[in-house]
Amino acid sequence: MKVCMFHLMPYRDLPADFDKQYKSAYIDPVWFDVADPKKVGQYYNWTLDEFIHAARSGMNGVCTNQHHQNVYGFMANPSLMGSVLARATDGMKVAIVQLGSTLPSTSPPTRIAEEYAMIDCISGGRLVAGFPAGLPTDATISNGIVPVEQRERYREALALVQKAWSAKEVFAWNGKHYQLPMVNLWPRPLQQPHPPIWIPGSGSATTVDFVVDRDDSFCHLSYYGAQNAYSLGDFYWDRVTKRGRDANPHRLGFLQLIGVSESDEAAEEYAPHAEYFFHKLLRTAPQYRDIPGYQDHASLVHAMKTPLRERFDVRDLRYKDFVDRGFVITGSPATVRDRLIEGVKRLRIGHLLTLLHFGSMPHELCMKNITLFAREVLPHLQDLWDDEWEDRWWPESLRQKRPVAAAAVAS
Amino acid sequence: MAAMPMRKLRLWQDKIETEVAIFGDGPPLVFLHGSWGLRNDQEFLELLARTHTVYAPKHPGTSEGDSEAVHQIDDWWDLIVYHGELLDRLELKSPVLVGHSFGGLVACEIAAAMPERVSKLILIDPVGLWREDMPIKNWMLLSPADLRAALFADPKGEHAEKFFQLPSETAERIDAQVGFIWSQACTGKFVWPLPDKGLKKHIHRIAAPTLIVWGKADGVIAPAYAEEFARSIAHARVAMMDGAGHMPHFEQARSVAALVGEFLRN
Repeated sequence: MKVCMFHLMPYRDLPADFDKQYKSAYIDPVWFDVADPKKVGQYYNWTLDEFIHAARSGMNGVCTNQHHQNVYGFMANPSLMGSVLARATDGMKVAIVQLGSTLPSTSPPTRIAEEYAMIDCISGGRLVAGFPAGLPTDATISNGIVPVEQRERYREALALVQKAWSAKEVFAWNGKHYQLPMVNLWPRPLQQPHPPIWIPGSGSATTVDFVVDRDDSFCHLSYYGAQNAYSLGDFYWDRVTKRGRDANPHRLGFLQLIGVSESDEAAEEYAPHAEYFFHKLLRTAPQYRDIPGYQDHASLVHAMKTPLRERFDVRDLRYKDFVDRGFVITGSPATVRDRLIEGVKRLRIGHLLTLLHFGSMPHELCMKNITLFAREVLPHLQDLWDDEWEDRWWPESLRQKRPVAAAAVAS
Repeated sequence: MAAMPMRKLRLWQDKIETEVAIFGDGPPLVFLHGSWGLRNDQEFLELLARTHTVYAPKHPGTSEGDSEAVHQIDDWWDLIVYHGELLDRLELKSPVLVGHSFGGLVACEIAAAMPERVSKLILIDPVGLWREDMPIKNWMLLSPADLRAALFADPKGEHAEKFFQLPSETAERIDAQVGFIWSQACTGKFVWPLPDKGLKKHIHRIAAPTLIVWGKADGVIAPAYAEEFARSIAHARVAMMDGAGHMPHFEQARSVAALVGEFLRN
């Protein structure tokens, strides 16, 4: 198994009355009314430090992502973060997981192909190329893409990127959404014909089938924990089998919020930050999220047909509920270890993406979380599946086992 | 009201199936619906059908069974050429053209690109022009409450209720919910992210006598736009409607139909 650190890069110090003033973490909060630019500069630097500490402490990879115009997480260009991390982890056996640049939002998409290729070159072939389709909020509002065209653009862009990475001759691209007269990328990724590809999704049948048929690795980036993803996991592995693929657990990546303390009681220290995350940050106005055209027609019909499951308002829940319901896994190292192993095995997770920073978590607490996680929990996870399955969705130069103890001592 | 009689046409190299409601008696009148599809226009169209044969086509992607047609029309040029083909297939040389909201913009661009194909033009709260001091609300990004307030002079009235009401029978309810969202997706393709797509450069080509109808309580597109359109179109006059918001032909069907009838008689 591979264990990576994920980070959203949120605004950590929103005023207490923020959620009374703003009904949406996206679009509406006005920069000059809310943000302290010096703090924001500090956040980006802390985020990089937290990633680097995770890398030094033995984590297998560091994961960036792309979001715009919000307080929830604003790595507007993940390639900028990825390139710093590629340089800062020079010589370390750590993957740079760009999870990732959202193809529909950038025109032409060869720009993303170039950025990913640069990171792969700078890192010596340690890039994992993630290709999320992107939130509709980001693509259609912040980047002006036509909602009903987002998926089409994504698929054409992905095909163009892959061809641009590996084509042996200069070629013209005459697509519906993109036209380029002569494509000959400089640079190309070290990893040929392409770096390993991960595709995040919410679990719709269309996306799952697309990823499985392409033989890429699927990631489910949920905030609600492994405990609440069993039916999705079962659905995923069922599709994998039906479409004739092997049950290699590294076909599935999953996100989990985690907080490690010295004891279960001490883990209360994560409570305000979890509540900040779920109450203040995880809030997009429905009209900014459910934009007509983002869902294709079949998915729309399916959504209307499926009776509404138990809908809770996360703002009615408190930290204790988040723990009880498994949204967050917090506690002593033993508690975290046990809960994580349970979830990982139940879902067959081969790529565990740990959100070791969430919400308003201060820098010092995050660094402690990383230290404790890496020292006390990580060694119990990293060998999972390795005796039986090779991780084909991991940079080839990093596939040997990482000596965790040595890495921990070195930091 | 009984369902409007529909004819199905295959157009665009056989790639698009278009339903067209056709009924009434008299000279031909083509009605181009707005962003929410051909849903709440029937009462108005039946009034027009007393003096005209009404042709109400569904925008590509909104016809039953061909949701993917939306991907066959890429841009405004495609859309105008498509409508030329539609008019040919319906054997309409120079009909009256009526357009509401998004349909009003389509009507303007048809009238500008093919002036000889439009005998008279009626625009009901059309999108298409833009003034920095009067930005148009993106109706696809409004909350249901804000949409309701923007669309209707009486947000609590029977027309507002009817607009948002869903059938109780499951299959019909799903159809209505899906249709409400998908018609916005398909029409929205051509006016995203802002409904300023070039009409200002073409509008001088509109030759047809034009009636511009506007609801005084239109909260989506400010009523002052009526004068913007009137100023830019050679032979245009304005009728401002009391007790109506963005959909005066729905909220005040009889009054608007009467105005239209009078305009068409002269």
